[in-house]
Amino acid sequence: MAVMVKDYKRSFKKVNEIIESYGRNPVELVSILQEIQEEYRYLPEEILNYIATAMGISPSKVFGVATFYENFSLEPKGKYIIKVCDGTACHVKNSMDLLNALQKKLKLKDGQKTTKDMMFTLETASCLGACGLAPVMVINEEVYGKVTPEKAEKIIDEIMKREGNSDDKNN
Amino acid sequence: MIKTIEELRNLAADYKKALGHEKMKILVCAGTGCMSSGSLKIYEALKKIVTEKGLYVDIDLIKEGKKGGVNVSPSGCHGFCEMGPLVRIEPQGYLYVKVQEEDAQEIVENTVEKGEVVERLLFKNPETGQTYETSKSIPFYGKQNRLVLEHCGTINPESIKEYIALGGYQTLADVFEMSPEKVCQTILKAELRGRGGGGFPAGIKWDSVRKEKADQKYVVCNGDEGDPGAFMDRSIMEGDPHRVIEGMIIAGYASGATKGYIYVRAEYPLAVKRLKTAIEQAREFGLLGKNILGTGFDFDIKINKGAGAFVCGEGSALTASIEGNRGMPRTRPPRTVQKGLFQKPTVLNNVETFANVPLIISKGVDWYLKIGTKGNPGTKAFALTGNIVNTGLIEVPMGTTLREVIYDIGGGIPGGKKLKAVQIGGPSGGCLTPEHLDLPMDFDSLKSVGAMIGSGGLVVMDEDTCMVEVARFFMDFTQKESCGKCVPCREGTKRMLEILEKIVAGEGTMEDIETLEILAETVKDGSLCGLGKTASNPVLTTLKYFRDEYIAHVKEKVCPAGVCKAFKSYCIDPELCKGCGKCSRVCPNSAITGKIKNPFKIDKEKCINCGACANACPFNAVKEG
Ligand SMILES: Cc1cc2nc3c(=O)[nH]c(=O)nc-3n(C[C@H](O)[C@H](O)[C@H](O)COP(=O)(O)O)c2cc1C
Ligand code: FES
Repeated sequence: MAVMVKDYKRSFKKVNEIIESYGRNPVELVSILQEIQEEYRYLPEEILNYIATAMGISPSKVFGVATFYENFSLEPKGKYIIKVCDGTACHVKNSMDLLNALQKKLKLKDGQKTTKDMMFTLETASCLGACGLAPVMVINEEVYGKVTPEKAEKIIDEIMKREGNSDDKNN
Repeated sequence: MIKTIEELRNLAADYKKALGHEKMKILVCAGTGCMSSGSLKIYEALKKIVTEKGLYVDIDLIKEGKKGGVNVSPSGCHGFCEMGPLVRIEPQGYLYVKVQEEDAQEIVENTVEKGEVVERLLFKNPETGQTYETSKSIPFYGKQNRLVLEHCGTINPESIKEYIALGGYQTLADVFEMSPEKVCQTILKAELRGRGGGGFPAGIKWDSVRKEKADQKYVVCNGDEGDPGAFMDRSIMEGDPHRVIEGMIIAGYASGATKGYIYVRAEYPLAVKRLKTAIEQAREFGLLGKNILGTGFDFDIKINKGAGAFVCGEGSALTASIEGNRGMPRTRPPRTVQKGLFQKPTVLNNVETFANVPLIISKGVDWYLKIGTKGNPGTKAFALTGNIVNTGLIEVPMGTTLREVIYDIGGGIPGGKKLKAVQIGGPSGGCLTPEHLDLPMDFDSLKSVGAMIGSGGLVVMDEDTCMVEVARFFMDFTQKESCGKCVPCREGTKRMLEILEKIVAGEGTMEDIETLEILAETVKDGSLCGLGKTASNPVLTTLKYFRDEYIAHVKEKVCPAGVCKAFKSYCIDPELCKGCGKCSRVCPNSAITGKIKNPFKIDKEKCINCGACANACPFNAVKEG
């Protein structure tokens, strides 16, 4: 389960565990960052600096890798990461309508990716490999196929209900 | 732990015998597609009912003495994702489509107990109404030649025992009785060409690495599959992971490598999970690790997950990523076979390439050379998507024509529309037109018309597709994915994208088209890696075959396909509008207002011409004009 974002400041225990489990090997940097992001849902700057020191590599190397890959985020992400596929097959089947509908549903302004309550992050992905079911959307690891804007709204409503969150608390 | 080759062969015979005691096998597709429509619940329901009736068996139960019975098992992707969840009954070969959890009882009672088919679950051709009992009788499957994908959908990908029972790892046993040189020669003679796009002979790579002298050599499997619209490798990794592993071990033995890496896209968590399970099982069985089958040969495999960079599919970027660096390509030489991963000689092949290996060695070079065309033997898996009746994963002999793929297997274009183009090979490929329908699809023929097989994504586009917009879409993709190391690709793709955006926005000039063409050639010639070298292909091929469309956007200010938003406006027909309010809910810019049950209106000032309302309206009341 993800740790609350502020907890990391108290200790780097978890970070240490992750680094140790990879034998402090700089070759494993990408995997280490992946695991840290799984834990904190993003890569906090302090942790990146800490990794550099702990592993004896330069901060520029760590930041270089962290900023190169699309999946790494230096900004906090929501508890639910929604990825709308905009791969070729999904694009042909109007995946952008789906994205627009979700932006509206989550009350996200232009360029804003995460809701203020840190519940949802909305992103696009290029091909999730389920093209037969286009348009496709993935929430965390759950894949949803043939998603219409209405269906997407319903899925979000269900999550909000489960989280005890109503629509208007979102902005 | 299996200790000798002999032991493995005996075990295979045992498992095969055990499998023979399964009177019936119910395979529930557990690929990404079908799982997303709830296939695991169906699997559990079926297994529960069959178990309650005391009919359930599997290899282990049979080995404990239980004879006869019915096995229920999850399987890899059957390829017909659109019709999922899919359930297949062997040995009859019945295929049930769009199965729901509630159907489990009926399947067990009728098919398992009485041997009857459940008519209503059979696939029905939407055009002709004809139903098909078995998967083989459906043209989508009937016209394919599933060799590499033979196990995808027919075995449990999480069971090494089933794989062994069906002859799996036997090829490895045979290979251990050959010299590494002989193995390389076999792959060379079979003319196996890399399925990851380039079509380079795998045997040459293997043999080069074999001849290199080094303290450590590597085998790397490229499962990055970044082309949007392609999912062949995903299906193989999910549906038959042991085949990929077996292919890699053979490559290791042949080239003298003792360590393998599989680099899988982060977007494929299920593939990662299945591969992990398979690797653990192979270790338990002594097929990976030290002194495999007592031959003295060591080999182990590690999985690396990608982190969302398309360019990491390129060989040198991929190895940089495994080394914990930014995934940027480097200039060559030195080649990967000399200085690849960690500067050591490395065999780098695609997933499908490795999956071909056990087949070639077990069935023989002569058999393999008979499939496909001269110089392009074997089969190729394609992902068929877009405006086509049957979307899905297919495998056909190399050299099959586009016509056969689109019309016989794919069932043609839906809604009686005309075929306009087929994008092959994703953002680095090119487009083919109806004039290429009879072109054999193999590496060489496609190259001759400026396209390439790429990884095997086929996106079919009908007459309602705007080719300029398609070129813009692909350029948007490559521009974002350019790693930024070399100037032609970093700047060139950006400038090309700007021009394409200008044209689809109705602001292009004839000069822009010329500049675009010059840029495209420059980027192609001047870029460092394959990403930039091929980034221009969609632009160049659309300019070649659909120049009229570019000119129409620029001169006449129309989009002939009626796609580009700049040339459109929308209004609501008050006669047809029932006032349901769907349009207003989907409008991203809150441009539509109205009272429920009364006609709604679009505010022209606010409207951004996105067309979402037109797609959402159930009554066709939103008109373009
Ligand atoms: C931008 C770019 C992306 C690539 N993506 C992939 C990929 O996703 N999968 C793949 O197998 N090969 C990909 N390739 C090709 C690889 O560089 C390499 O040729 C291939 O993996 C070699 O294996 P093969 O000979 O078995 O095809 C890509 C190449 C480029 C330039
Ligand atoms: S294009 Fe969306 S899943 Fe492939």
